[in-house]
Amino acid sequence: MDIRKITILGGYGRSGARELVDQVDLKMGDLLSVVGPTGSGKTALINDIGLFANEDTPSKRRILINDTSPSEDFLDDPAKNPIALITQHTGFLSDMRVSNFLDIHARVRKSANPDSVVSDVLDFANQLTGEPIIVDGAMTELSGGQSRALLIADAVIIGNSPIILLDEIENAGINLTRALELLHNYEKIFIFVTHDPRITLSSDYRIVMKGGAMQDAITTSPEEKRIGEKVTHMDRAIISLRNQISSGERMLEKDFRAVMESNWLA
Amino acid sequence: MKLIMCAGPPTSGKTTVLRQVMRRLLKKGRRLAYLKIDVQFADEDELFRSEFGIPARKVYSGELCPDHASVLVLGDAVKWAQKENADLVVETAGLCLRCAPYITGSLGIVVLEATSGMNLPRKIGAMLSLADIAVVTKIDLVSQAEREVFRANVTDAAPLEVVEVDALRGIGIDRLVRRIERAEDIGMPLMLKGSPPVSVCTICAGKRDIGSEHHFGVLRTLDSDLFYRGE
Ligand SMILES: Nc1ncnc2c1ncn2[C@@H]1O[C@H](COP(=O)(O)OP(=O)(O)OP(=O)(O)O)[C@@H](O)[C@H]1O
Ligand SMILES: Nc1nc2c(ncn2[C@@H]2O[C@H](COP(=O)(O)OP(=O)(O)O)[C@@H](O)[C@H]2O)c(=O)[nH]1
Ligand SMILES: [Mg+2]
Ligand SMILES: [Mg+2]
Ligand SMILES: [Zn+2]
Ligand SMILES: [Zn+2]
Repeated sequence: MDIRKITILGGYGRSGARELVDQVDLKMGDLLSVVGPTGSGKTALINDIGLFANEDTPSKRRILINDTSPSEDFLDDPAKNPIALITQHTGFLSDMRVSNFLDIHARVRKSANPDSVVSDVLDFANQLTGEPIIVDGAMTELSGGQSRALLIADAVIIGNSPIILLDEIENAGINLTRALELLHNYEKIFIFVTHDPRITLSSDYRIVMKGGAMQDAITTSPEEKRIGEKVTHMDRAIISLRNQISSGERMLEKDFRAVMESNWLA
Repeated sequence: MKLIMCAGPPTSGKTTVLRQVMRRLLKKGRRLAYLKIDVQFADEDELFRSEFGIPARKVYSGELCPDHASVLVLGDAVKWAQKENADLVVETAGLCLRCAPYITGSLGIVVLEATSGMNLPRKIGAMLSLADIAVVTKIDLVSQAEREVFRANVTDAAPLEVVEVDALRGIGIDRLVRRIERAEDIGMPLMLKGSPPVSVCTICAGKRDIGSEHHFGVLRTLDSDLFYRGE
């Protein structure tokens, strides 16, 4: 199916009051962030999207694809599901090997290139992790960051879906900058639930959540985009410090100044 | 009347799913009665009586396996529900993996939790394969990828209709309600679906001696096929 557009029709917040934002339309290539304090309903919103809510979730929202109610096939056959959802979970419960899990998921999603798909997913995932994921290892032994990296790679390569929803990918200690670079190579609708100003300010729009409701929808201004680029520099400085400490180095003030000057104030 | 039979391992979410389903069916004006069949403890009957004010009962199977017990008591239970002018919803513990409780003409629902491990669908035999519909609960606790792989393990083990739900928040329940509304009425005589359990065997009846020489009924040794000893 050719996905051109996805629409969120507003419902009700936790208090039962109507959401202030009553409609959000996203077209192919759009990048949306969902922001708001902890517990404000961000995950609930993207779950509504991922499950094609039809007034049958607590929020009573509705999701439209290309202006019509999605077919039940999307829910019954993962191969037809145009959405890949990377949930906040940082662990697997599956008592199976990584290769076995990916094989089954590739079959379920009828992905192209079944022969190379497992190694493609691992190549992608291992660019985001510190220590590489072992293909013959158990799913349950993956660390939080490895699990997250595998889920992102799985969604992009096996899911191969035109719409990708990501719930707080910054939280698992993966290489976020690399993840964003890799993701930007794909023409899709991306929806990021995030507390990260880099992701937010590089998005086209953001929805602000409060009390379980969509409170505001903001278009990122050119000024905000410029600020976003500065924030990315600040982040490089932090990452470089983090990498030094992670690899066991000691910090010296003169190194710190060098890092700050080359990144922070750029 | 409709007979809805809900089976599944303990803590899979049967009661939580049924609460969500029954709340919606009652709101639409259906009359319901509830029966719980469990081995030695159950309090769901009180829950459904106090929450919904509907006729609710429980049966302890004790020494029998719950599915054997269900065969023995369901005839009476159906008459009870008929007298109450209600559809009957049965929740069974489904601990015996040899048998399955479903009856021809009933709607058999097996409830599995997405968190239960990938091999579960292959382990529970007739409870899954003789059901009409599989409800996968706790989808809020696993990733989408894991949910899809779990679903494949269910449908590989038995090609059933699958409904995925977050039973705590009532997500996905409306589809199940629509399926129940489409279920047909039961007809007489009531018969177990598929091949009935081998027998109410002496093991189920509480004889604990190890070794086939101590038992009657349909037996086997380590090396033999099934054979019958008794009258
Ligand atoms: N519109 C709504 N109506 C009813 N309940 C809601 C609504 N939105 C969210 N909730 C419930 O509120 C709780 C918190 O929401 P959620 O988990 O989506 O928050 P979050 O913004 O993702 O928080 P965090 O940043 O901690 O991940 C959940 O139990 C969710 O089901
Ligand atoms: N997170 C989550 N918990 C659930 C879900 N369904 C049931 N539970 C919880 O699982 C536990 C067992 O559920 P219950 O309905 O009593 O299981 P039963 O033994 O099969 O009747 C309870 O604590 C429920 O609240 C679900 O979809 N999601
Ligand atoms: Mg969340
Ligand atoms: Mg129960
Ligand atoms: Zn039995
Ligand atoms: Zn028996």
